[in-house]
Amino acid sequence: MEPLQIAEKLRERFPDEVLDVREFRGQVSVTVRKGKIVEIGRFLHDEPDLYFDYLVDLCGVDYLGKKDKRFEVVYHLFSIKHRHALRLKAEVPETDTRIDSVMPIWTGVNWHERECYDMFGIVFAGHPDLRRVLLPEDWEGYPLRKDYPVKGPAQEWSGFLDVLDRSKKYRQFDWQG
Amino acid sequence: MEDIEKPFETKELTISMGPQHPATHGVLRLVLNLQGENVIKCTPYVGYLHRGVEKLGENKTYFAALPLTDRLDYISSMNNNVGYVVAVEKLFGIEAPERAKYIRTILAEMGRLSSHIVWLGTHVLDIGATTPFLHAMVAREKILDLFEMICGARLTVSFPRVGGIRNDISQEFLDQLYAFILDFPAKMDDYETLVTENRIWKERTVDIGVISLEEAVNWGLTGGTLRGSGSDYDVRKYFPYDAYDKVDFDVPVGKNGDCYDRYLVRVGEMRQSIRIIRQCIENLPAGPVMADAPKFTLPPKDMVLKDMEHLIHQFILITKGPTVPEGEIYVGSEVPKGELGFYFVSDGTGKPYRMRVRAPSFVHASALTRLCEGGLIADVIANIGTIDIVLGECDR
Repeated sequence: MEPLQIAEKLRERFPDEVLDVREFRGQVSVTVRKGKIVEIGRFLHDEPDLYFDYLVDLCGVDYLGKKDKRFEVVYHLFSIKHRHALRLKAEVPETDTRIDSVMPIWTGVNWHERECYDMFGIVFAGHPDLRRVLLPEDWEGYPLRKDYPVKGPAQEWSGFLDVLDRSKKYRQFDWQG
Repeated sequence: MEDIEKPFETKELTISMGPQHPATHGVLRLVLNLQGENVIKCTPYVGYLHRGVEKLGENKTYFAALPLTDRLDYISSMNNNVGYVVAVEKLFGIEAPERAKYIRTILAEMGRLSSHIVWLGTHVLDIGATTPFLHAMVAREKILDLFEMICGARLTVSFPRVGGIRNDISQEFLDQLYAFILDFPAKMDDYETLVTENRIWKERTVDIGVISLEEAVNWGLTGGTLRGSGSDYDVRKYFPYDAYDKVDFDVPVGKNGDCYDRYLVRVGEMRQSIRIIRQCIENLPAGPVMADAPKFTLPPKDMVLKDMEHLIHQFILITKGPTVPEGEIYVGSEVPKGELGFYFVSDGTGKPYRMRVRAPSFVHASALTRLCEGGLIADVIANIGTIDIVLGECDR
């Protein structure tokens, strides 16, 4: 099916949820409200002539100062059987960074959601194991947000300070006893 | 005597495997909950190599971010480069000339060969066979020598450019490569003689880490790991880029979704790579190797030193970056590990507003939980080898 047809079909099924449909270089993105993301995902996955069985990627984007709703969660979907693709974007405001997890539909999204939480602080409700994945668990801040400094935080990570302390201590170590 | 007759009791044991463990192919840490020799639960921990490639990419121009992609999957950096430039070209709306496309296809397949050789060697080594590893490294050395010949670097090549390749390749390179691919199938036969029908190898891999097709797709597995389960999803066939639509090749597909089928698929892929390289060399068209799109590609260096216009172009492209149309794009490419995708959000400036790397190893490492649970601790090693992960790409 042509991606624009899929977008139309989605708009028919969820008239209140679909906010915007855009095409760029043959790829179609559909912006939706975040409230019914699981139902939308379920529809896209289960409908026989859509059958988006493969979730390629999930990531967050921070539109600080560019859009009213600060974050977007971007789902890239593909159907191996029908060979069509769709990009789904869910708007997430800064005041309420919760969105439902689509893990019941696509299991492989597990670590993508964890990474999105790790990097943007978007909370995926219903995720069974929402911890940081790439950064240490006691890391402060969300690095891929636009207001996070590129050079890193002013205060070094506590784990690194520990290592520095220890190296200072072991420099005094006397091998002769 | 009484002691012996008592029933033998085991209790659950938690061990941390890695991050410094030779069989984990990098700094991967697994926390295993064991009941005797059975794995009850396997929790992977990654992130030890995190360098913030995505954040860095947002602060560099499209040209300057290319060397970052070398450091993703450092075993097949050529494939990462090709994947990156293909994505950026699609965003810019330019196309590389035919000759550059063919050369990039050759180089990508060489990268695939070298990566699969390392995978074969280390996977077999993990399970206990040393000889194939030593043979494999000799062949890989030859490919790295060929890379060195065209660009001076062996691992972090950064050879493709947005809009083509850095410089044309020599006839000497093509001759040597052709001699290599004529010679290579015999070497493949050697490896296969050592491994494919080996009884120990089959006992360690057949029916180990089985994952069904539906489940593999649901987990988001790609590349050889998915095709071992019976899908024919290959980005080179589904979304042909470069010269893949002009060459004839098959996609090997497995059946059972176990370690052995994934091994057969990858070995089959190596033979297909040779076919692709051979066709590309035989049909290599003549012509330029950089696209004629002065707004988006760097001007030739000799002209920059001679001509004012070109110098200005060079200066503006390097400092400000090109003026890119606003929009967003996701382009996948088939790297040896699976599907490597780049997602760019462009806001019209010379730097991507958001650069996202969809790394196959990241997804595959998450699937270790599924593959290892219920198996034996010795199978964990086989499973790590079979999904073919590189932690540089996983952690980005």
